[in-house]
Amino acid sequence: MPLFQARVLVSLRPSVLDPAGEATRAAAGRLGIEGVGRLRIGKAVEIEIEAPDAECARQRLEQLSDRLLANPVIEDWSLELHQAAGSQGA
Amino acid sequence: MSVGIVVFPGSNCDRDVAWALQGVLGLPTRFLWHEEDSVEGLDAVVLPGGFSYGDYLRCGAIARFAPILEAVRRFAEGGGPVLGICNGFQVLTEMGLLPGALTRNRALHFLCEPAPLEVNPGPCRWLRAYTAGESIVLPIAHGEGRYQADAATLRSLEERGCVVLRYRDNPNGSVGDVAGLCNPEGNVLGLMPHPERACDALLGGVDGRRMLAAALG
Repeated sequence: MPLFQARVLVSLRPSVLDPAGEATRAAAGRLGIEGVGRLRIGKAVEIEIEAPDAECARQRLEQLSDRLLANPVIEDWSLELHQAAGSQGA
Repeated sequence: MSVGIVVFPGSNCDRDVAWALQGVLGLPTRFLWHEEDSVEGLDAVVLPGGFSYGDYLRCGAIARFAPILEAVRRFAEGGGPVLGICNGFQVLTEMGLLPGALTRNRALHFLCEPAPLEVNPGPCRWLRAYTAGESIVLPIAHGEGRYQADAATLRSLEERGCVVLRYRDNPNGSVGDVAGLCNPEGNVLGLMPHPERACDALLGGVDGRRMLAAALG
């Protein structure tokens, strides 16, 4: 069974206030880093999954992202997927 | 007649709720471990505060998959009274029994203080003993209590009288000053403040008493 590696990026929807991002942006200014206009904090979830093919892996990961990793009320997500180096098949 | 109190790994207000219900109000209670799968024989269920499953991923996100919550969902959908306090409110939103989500407080601080509230009981069976517009004070203790819902959802909640508890001095940035919500049927109530900590005058107030007494009322 081929092994796939995925990264799901979960971010707060643009309309949702991100106070942690705001605080971090303010700290960037205190560090002397200039020009930081917008800073939003999300999560990156790294996943390895075995599946018969890429399409099947994608479907499972989409379901996982929709139903668990992100809360659609406040968050968006995006998925990066590739077959693991050296993994056999498909 | 008995009230079930759900206990997740990481719940930390379960015993406070039992103390308030049974010790102060004399209502029989039973703890429900998260791995149980039935609420049979119970007349009301409370989801207490704490950090269920460490609140990993998001507050309440892992708890949603606990076996006991499938039974709680059926109980709620059949009209059974369900009260979610603090983390319990977060769990109710993650389950979809109440709309919206609870997010990081606007000022990032964990807030632990008395919160003045306005009650508008609407259809809520838990708030029958309160009058419309009544002012009460309940303690809050949360880092992620900022209620978030889109404008259409909030408007629909307001039109149906579901925004039953509002902060008078919005401490966390919640949209619409929302401190607590019920479903349109009125049997499910979720709130960030802690009524169980306001049931004995020795603890500074008794404004939560009537809410918990409604469990079997």
